[in-house]
Amino acid sequence: MPNTRIKVPETATAGDIVEIRAVIQHPMENGFNVTSAGVIIPVEIITDFVCEYDGGEVFRVKLEPGLSANPYFSFFLKATKTGPVDFHWLDQNGTKTDASVTLMVT
Amino acid sequence: MADLILTRRDALAGMGATFLLLTAFPIRSFAADADTAEAIKAQFGDAVAQDGKVTLKLPALAETGNSVAITCTVDSPMTDTDRVARVVIFANRNPRPLIATMLFGPKAGQSVFSTNMRLSGTQDVIAIAEMADKSLWKATTRVKVTVGACDTLQSRY
Repeated sequence: MPNTRIKVPETATAGDIVEIRAVIQHPMENGFNVTSAGVIIPVEIITDFVCEYDGGEVFRVKLEPGLSANPYFSFFLKATKTGPVDFHWLDQNGTKTDASVTLMVT
Repeated sequence: MADLILTRRDALAGMGATFLLLTAFPIRSFAADADTAEAIKAQFGDAVAQDGKVTLKLPALAETGNSVAITCTVDSPMTDTDRVARVVIFANRNPRPLIATMLFGPKAGQSVFSTNMRLSGTQDVIAIAEMADKSLWKATTRVKVTVGACDTLQSRY
């Protein structure tokens, strides 16, 4: 299970627009790197990232090998009510990684 | 066993053959404009994007192409009807011009995002935004890259 790091503000006022930042540890092999033995490392990437909150999608990304290793995303969410902000990553082999943070809305 | 010894003549012949092979079939490590146009067409069909509404923030000079910070802002009120559906990023000289597709859901607060991308060399980064009414807007920014992300790594070892 890869490491993830997420930054969501602890509290927000209803109607606030808050910045969310999420990063996952992953090499995002682009298929152009070679090992010291000269063998090409095949493409191995995360293909999908999605952030969900209050029963709807906030931000979704279809990733390609053109993104850097340890893909990082920053985006904005409109705070409506207290609840979990869920993050899901899916890699090309079907491995899912999930994370969740609760956002307190006052 | 004498036939297993690599003579200077064999070595030179081998090097020559490798050179000829590489010249005849060069390894393509960058895309042509036609490839980028094809990648854009695969995403948006024949629709033409107008300049405007999209702002790209990228460093003018990136020392390494492995991780180039990109911030994309689309001018949109993000109401239920007038909003950004998706933004697609392209790099016109990368081996694969398509970089990523960003989709804004109903809970998105602002049509702004940041991420890190790979660039194989000095080139133009193109962002195309599709609005809810299917209109397309784009922005292009030139980034100078000192050390590219793909080709240079192969010669490192």
